[in-house]
Order: sequence, then structure tokens, then C-alpha cells
Amino acid sequence: MARRVGICAVAQTTYQRDKWHERFQGMALEVLEPLLAQTGLDFSEDKGIGMSISVSDDIFDARTISDNGMTDVLGAHMRCEEKIAQEGIQALYYGLAAIQGGHVDTALVLGHCKESQGQSRNMVTHMAFDPFYTRPVGLDFTAAAGLQAQAYADRSDVGDTHLADIVARAGRMAQLNPATPEAPVLTREEVLASPMLADPIRAHHAYPVSDGAVGMILAAEETALAICDHPVWITGVGNCMDSFFLGDRDLASNFALKQAAARAYQRAGIDQPRDRFDVVEVSDQFAYQQPMWMEGLGLVDEGCGGAWIAGGGPDAMNVNRSGGMLAGNPLILGGLVRAAEVALQLMGLAGERQVADARRGLAHGVMGPAGQFHSVAILERD
Amino acid sequence: MQSDFDTSDCYTIEGKLALPYTYFAGRVGSRFITTLRDQHKIMGVRCAACDTVFVPPRQTCERCLGDLTDSWCEVGSRGRVVNFTVVRYPDRHLPRPVPFVLAMILLEGADTPIVHLLEGIPPEQVAVDMAVEAVFAETTTNTIRDIDHFKPCDA
Repeated sequence: MARRVGICAVAQTTYQRDKWHERFQGMALEVLEPLLAQTGLDFSEDKGIGMSISVSDDIFDARTISDNGMTDVLGAHMRCEEKIAQEGIQALYYGLAAIQGGHVDTALVLGHCKESQGQSRNMVTHMAFDPFYTRPVGLDFTAAAGLQAQAYADRSDVGDTHLADIVARAGRMAQLNPATPEAPVLTREEVLASPMLADPIRAHHAYPVSDGAVGMILAAEETALAICDHPVWITGVGNCMDSFFLGDRDLASNFALKQAAARAYQRAGIDQPRDRFDVVEVSDQFAYQQPMWMEGLGLVDEGCGGAWIAGGGPDAMNVNRSGGMLAGNPLILGGLVRAAEVALQLMGLAGERQVADARRGLAHGVMGPAGQFHSVAILERD
Repeated sequence: MQSDFDTSDCYTIEGKLALPYTYFAGRVGSRFITTLRDQHKIMGVRCAACDTVFVPPRQTCERCLGDLTDSWCEVGSRGRVVNFTVVRYPDRHLPRPVPFVLAMILLEGADTPIVHLLEGIPPEQVAVDMAVEAVFAETTTNTIRDIDHFKPCDA
């Protein structure tokens, strides 16, 4: 039996449209200092943090080896330093593996991104495509999402009004989350009146451009119990990478998410996931993704996401009490923020958005065009 | 960030990532592109194990892991729309002024649709299952854009 690994501290900045007067090192420091204060850890050789895992993206940061400007903030000079250039929840997976493998007892995870630095987020995600077949026709993550949203609309009961209600609810939820002070508060009618971006995705269906940073301290059980009153255990993780070409996939099938979820459930010892989670955070970069990912996770009947929205399912199942990505998180941090939000809920530190007696939660991350790569993490408290 | 953060004397600088590259298309990709460019033929590869015709071609079947290097088959320059979106946000990386249609097009004889531009029809008239055909480019780019775009088949 591998040793248990707990999330012992969580910190994040606010997520805002343009933190032009803050460097990404400054955002990271704003996260690091409370993490050290909460745990009493430092970077000393004998009892300090064993490894630092950063999350950043070279093209968003406009510098290759984007972690090399971060080492002083991460306490990583002369130390064990690693970087995740995937979606941030992979850093949780990485830290879990390092601790379970016995390499270290504690790990710092810290991700940052300033989406505002680039002139266009779509130009950044355009660079995720190959130069022969897909870049020449202009694909980026928004256009790819448009194709997936259309495929999902054709196969599910989710319509324009459901999508508007998802966005309106995200804005309401975000009002209770101090990390999202700029989240747009919109009515269903305002969302329905917003122009199309990539049909059937409307402008208000897309997550806002934002800047911010998030981090956590992971520790092996014995250390976790020594430095934290309420560690949150990582009891199951799973991920899955789907085909690269959109045409090689069934865009509405949730293939990769189902695989990722099955792996996480199996590791967490969960046979039937329905009704097993007190809180759920899914990475809804676009409104259609909230019901679609919930179906892929096996938490909502397939093809019935619209009825689930109309029936108040998101409130009943405590989905994205934080506001979700629709309230604004940088692309590469979406899943890591979801894990941080679930951890805060399970620690009882979620403030006005706290769900009473939350004991088990699910955090979901996604990266790549049209949900190519999915990650699922199951978090629990004793 | 404290809300009273003093931004006097704070400044930003302009920068740009612009780095010309030369990409090798690979042996399979090179043949696909030269055949498209010189003969106006669209080539796929068939995996005998799973009987799937992949377009664009690739060297290895991701499902069976078999070598597809010499498993060429020609697919049609006509096909049908299986899915589409209308790109309406202007941006510098886009190949056309907006709005324009990006469609997933399943070519005759292929099992995997490709994403390409669909023109010659107003976006609101595009429909799934519509028959379309390739319009080949007059000047080569040595990419998939040696098909300039697709257009509805003449009735």
C-alpha cells in the first residue's frame, strides 16, 4: 500500500483581466508566502520542502524554459526543481508520484500564468497545432471548441438557454469567491444576446482572459499530520490523452474523460461515482463543457445535460461553487485551481461558498483542443 | 495584490515572439503534400489491422501500432460535411476575414474527416451532410492549403 499524500495548504491570487503592474514572479510570491506561513515549512536542506514543481507555459510567458525565471521564488536554487508545461493539475499528479515513490516527503506546487501578456489567447493556442494540416486552416482552441460544441449539441439536449443559465450561475457563484472579483454577473438574457464567437459558442460562453497564480503544499501522511490540522488526501488520480487530429476523434463521445475518470475512480475504490461527491469542480472553459464533462464523469446521464441544468443539478451536486473557469482562470491553471477549490471545501476554508460537511470531492482538468487531454483527481478528508 | 498598490512610475515594455522556422514534413507527410501539390490527389493510409483509412496520413496506426508507411490509398476530392463552426472573431492567425466556416469534411473513401475552410456558400446555409468538393490552390504552400478551400458540389 503506497503511503497517503495530503494537500496541506492552498493559496491563490485573485484572477483578473490584466495584472499589468505585477510580474509573474510577484504573483508567485503572493502564493508562496501564505503556503509557508500555513505550514511552517521552509527551504532548509534537512527538514524543508523536498522539491518544487512549477506550472507555466513558454508561449504564454514568451520565454522558453519558462521556469528558469521562477527558481528564486520557488526556493529552487541548488535544489530539486521540476516544471509542468501541461495543464496544472498534472503537478498534483507529479507531486503525488514523487512522494508516494519515496523521493521526497514534501512538495511545493506553484503555477502561474498571465494570459494578458499576449495580444491574443487564440494566437497562443493556435501554436498547439501542427504546421502542415491544422495550423494552415487557422485552428485554435476556440474554433476547436466550436466544433465540439456543435457535435455535442447535435447529440445532447443542451440548448442555448441552458448554456446561458450556466454562465449566469457561474457569475452568481463567483460573487462568493474572493479570488474572482471581476467575474461578470450576467443575466440569461444578456448571455443569449451576446454575439456568436464560433457557433454555437457565444462570446459570453467563453472563459475570461485572466492573470493569476495558485499553489499548494503536498506531504506524505506523517508529515501532513504534523504540519496541518486538516489535510486533504489525494485518493485517486487518472488521466487520458485522446488523438491529436480532431477528425480521428468522436468529439461528442467524452472518450478521454471517461478513461481518465475510470482510472481515478478505480484507484479511489469508487465503483459507482453517482452521489459519491460532496463537491465537484470541472474545468468549463466554455459553457457547453460543464454538462458535457459531467456526463463524461458519469455523474449525469449521457445526453441529458440540458435536463440536468434545467432541474437545478449544478446546485444540487455542488458543481463549481467557485464559479468555475467561466469566472476566470488562466487556461493552464484551470485544473489546478479546481483541485485547490475542492481542497478548500474539504478543509472547511471555502468561506461564503462553503458546502457543509464536505468530505469527498472531484477536481477535473482539461488541456488541448476540444478536450484532448483530461485529468481527474479524487480528494477526501478523514 | 493590494488594491492600494502604487503604480506611479510603473511601466510595461512591448515585445514579440517572431521566429521563422523550417519544419520537415516527415516522409509520409512529404509524399502526401507533393502528391496533393503535383497531382491534385488526396492520399490517405489504410491500416489493414483495423481497416481504417486515415487522412491526413501518418506513419503509424495509433490504435494498432502497425507501420502504415507504404499503405497508401487515394481518397476522393469530394466528401460531405460532418460538422462545422463559423469563426466570427477576427485574429491575425486566421486565414480569412471573418466570418468564415471551418468544417469537418469526410472525404470519399476516408474514415477520418479533416478540418478545412468551406466557402462559396453563406455560413447560415451550411448544413451537415452537405456534399462538398476540394478547390485546389493555384500557388503552393506545401501544406494542406494546397487545397485552397472546399465548396459545395455543383448540383
